[in-house]
This record gives sequence, structure tokens and C-alpha cells, in this order.
Amino acid sequence: MKATNPKQPSIFASLIAITRRDLLLALRRPGDILNPLFFFAMVCTLFPLAVGPGAEQLTLSGPGVLWVAALLATLLSLNSLFMSDHEDGSLDQLLVSPQPLPILALGKMIAHWLTTGLPLVLISPLLAMTYRMPVDVIGVLMLTLLLGTVCLSLLGSIGAALTVGLHRGTALLSLLILPLAMPVLLLGASTVSLAADSELYATGIWALGAYAVLALSLAPYATAAALRISNE
Amino acid sequence: MTEKLSATNLTLIRGERCLFQELDFALNPGELLLLKGQNGSGKTSLLRAIAGMLSLESGEIFWNEAPVLQQRQEFHGALVWLAHKTGLKGDLTLVENLRFEASLRPQSDNDLAVVCERVGISRLKRLPLRSLSAGQQRRVALARLVLADVPLWLLDEPFTSLDRDGRHLVTQLVEEHLTSGGMCVMAAHQDVEINATVHRVSL
Repeated sequence: MKATNPKQPSIFASLIAITRRDLLLALRRPGDILNPLFFFAMVCTLFPLAVGPGAEQLTLSGPGVLWVAALLATLLSLNSLFMSDHEDGSLDQLLVSPQPLPILALGKMIAHWLTTGLPLVLISPLLAMTYRMPVDVIGVLMLTLLLGTVCLSLLGSIGAALTVGLHRGTALLSLLILPLAMPVLLLGASTVSLAADSELYATGIWALGAYAVLALSLAPYATAAALRISNE
Repeated sequence: MTEKLSATNLTLIRGERCLFQELDFALNPGELLLLKGQNGSGKTSLLRAIAGMLSLESGEIFWNEAPVLQQRQEFHGALVWLAHKTGLKGDLTLVENLRFEASLRPQSDNDLAVVCERVGISRLKRLPLRSLSAGQQRRVALARLVLADVPLWLLDEPFTSLDRDGRHLVTQLVEEHLTSGGMCVMAAHQDVEINATVHRVSL
């Protein structure tokens, strides 16, 4: 059998290239980055207005509200992950490219996290202050959100790949992803609550980290398989 | 070993309709396979099946005598596909689009500037692709064909939205590709005059 063409670009080069392309596209359309961020900020600032400014109430509900808002903001952004690629035919081109599809999918997930997950983590301290969260707890919040949003971008891409051909697939996507996202939400919110009560919280962080590693190793393959199925 | 694309006993059923059945073909270097048929007769489906994106009811497609599905990556490294949708990003410029393509697929030694001049898009290098006309975007997609260093071209209605010069250009490019030992599968609903060995399949 003929050996692979020596001019074939390396896998690593293609991973960098697709991540760069998606980041460039996101920069050309900043609205796509700002939308989930606005949603996150709005939910987090409206909540204290609705339940009242009582200090005790806010410290109690803070971790939960911040985490639910982050989860929903990420879910909202997932729908567009493969949508534009599907519409302009570049997804088909990726499917017939000689590079491994899981690697290309991973590149898209990395770009997705850098444009939605990371900004959420970065503005979370500002919003956490609304809930009178002490500085050391804010550190824990950011760490859990960092690991949690990585999990959500990775797992969410599986759902996005499965629903890519469907019109208005957002509801179905959320339904598919929520069972996988539930552990992330529970671990994240309870870890921050434990830290706020000055109890031991390290287990939660380790568990989130383990979940992220598991997602990182499985999600690219599952996404690639899902893309092939939904593009038949 | 020289390259060869062949298929035996292909049958495709979509929904309740049988698009084609027991279809065979063999394609050697320098030859063109022309898929003819009316709209909706299954030309695009056959091309997608050849590209390995559609599972067939029966039959198998071979590249160098080995089934395509068992060597998907090698086979995809040997083809470039011009689909109905160009697969180019409207928010990126022509050069950014072609550079991304170059990071996926082996590229020929053709110079980007020379190829752009040839297909008549060199004045449009700095514009985002969405501001180009449909015909100009098709020309960018043609540049992608010429820049790829692959033996097999899959062309789905390559003459769509091109002016007369553009259509002439497609014919020329295909002839050059075939003369240099390439292969081409083309779906077209109109007559195509190409100076090479042409196998015809009517769908």
C-alpha cells in the first residue's frame, strides 16, 4: 500500500491551525463571545435584586447561583459550536480531511473553551463580590469554574455534534448534555459551599480534575463519531 | 504501484427511493469519470459515498485495491473535494482560508500568488470572503484544488455560478490535472467537453 504522502502536514500543525482559525473567527464576531458572558453577568446580578440584599441569604446562595449561571451560559453557547461549519460546508471539508477527526474536534473544543469558559472564569470574581464572598473562597470558585468549564466544553461538544444537523437543536442538546453536566454542577457548587463554611474542600477539586481528564480523553473520540453519524 | 479508484456493485437507497443500483466503475490515472443525471438523480450522493461520508446499501469502493473505509486517512490524503457548498469561511480572507487548508492537506509547489492570478482572484486577497460574489467564491475553491497535491479530484457541479471564462478555466484545470496523471470524478448535468479518456455513468 502507498505510504502516507511525505508532504502531509503534521497532526500537531492541524490542531494549532484549527484552534487558531476558530479563535480568529470568534474575534471577527465578538458578539458570539459576549453573549454567554452577558447572560452570566445578568443572572448573577439580577438574583440578589430579586431575593433581597440580606447578607446571610446571599452568602448561602452565592455558590449555587454562580455555578448554575455558568452552566447555563455554557450550554447556550454550545449550539453554535459546529453550526456555522455545518452551514457553509466546511464541516464536510473537515470530515474528508486526512487529519484524524478527533484531533480537529479537540481543536474546536479548545477554541470554544478559550472564548466562552475562560472569560466566565475571569469575570467570576467580580460577580462573586456581589454575594459577599471572601477572597480565599473566590479563589476556590475560580479554580472549580476553571475545571468545570473545561468539562462542559468537552462534554458539550458531543451533544453539539449529535444535534448539528437539526434545526433548533438547543433544547435537545441541553437535554442530552445535562445528565453528563450534573456531576460537574454538584461538585462545583458544593466544593465552593464547603470552602465558604471553612471545611475541607480538596476532594471536590480532585474529583472535578479527574472528571476533566476523563472528558478530555473520551470526548474527542465521541464527538468525532457523532459528527460522522449526523453528517450521513 | 499506480493509483486506482474502483467500485463494485454500488447500491444506494435514500428513504424509499433507490438512487442507483449495481453500479461499477474503475478509474485509472489520467481518466475522468463523468456522472450525468438530472437534478436529484443521486450525483452528489454518489460523490459523498465515494468520499466515505455516506454508507451504501451494498457494494464497496476501493482505492489502490483496498477498501476505502479501511484506510480512510490515506484515502482522504489523496483527494480534494469541491462540494456544492464551498466550505470556505466568510469571515476570513482568501489567504487565511487557503492557509488553513494548507495545514490539513499536502500542498503542491504551486505558488499561492501565481495560482490566485491564474484563477482571477489576485485582486481580492484582502477582502473577507463574504464580500465576494458567488462566482468569485467558486474561483477561490478552484484555487484550493490547484494548490492541493493530491491525485484525485471530486468535483460536484464545478461549473455552477461561473461565467464563460470561468467554465473554460475549469475545463483547462481538469485537463491539466488529468495530463499530469491525476484522476477526476465530476458530477455535471450539462455536457462537458474534456480532452481525455472519459467514462460516463448515467444516473
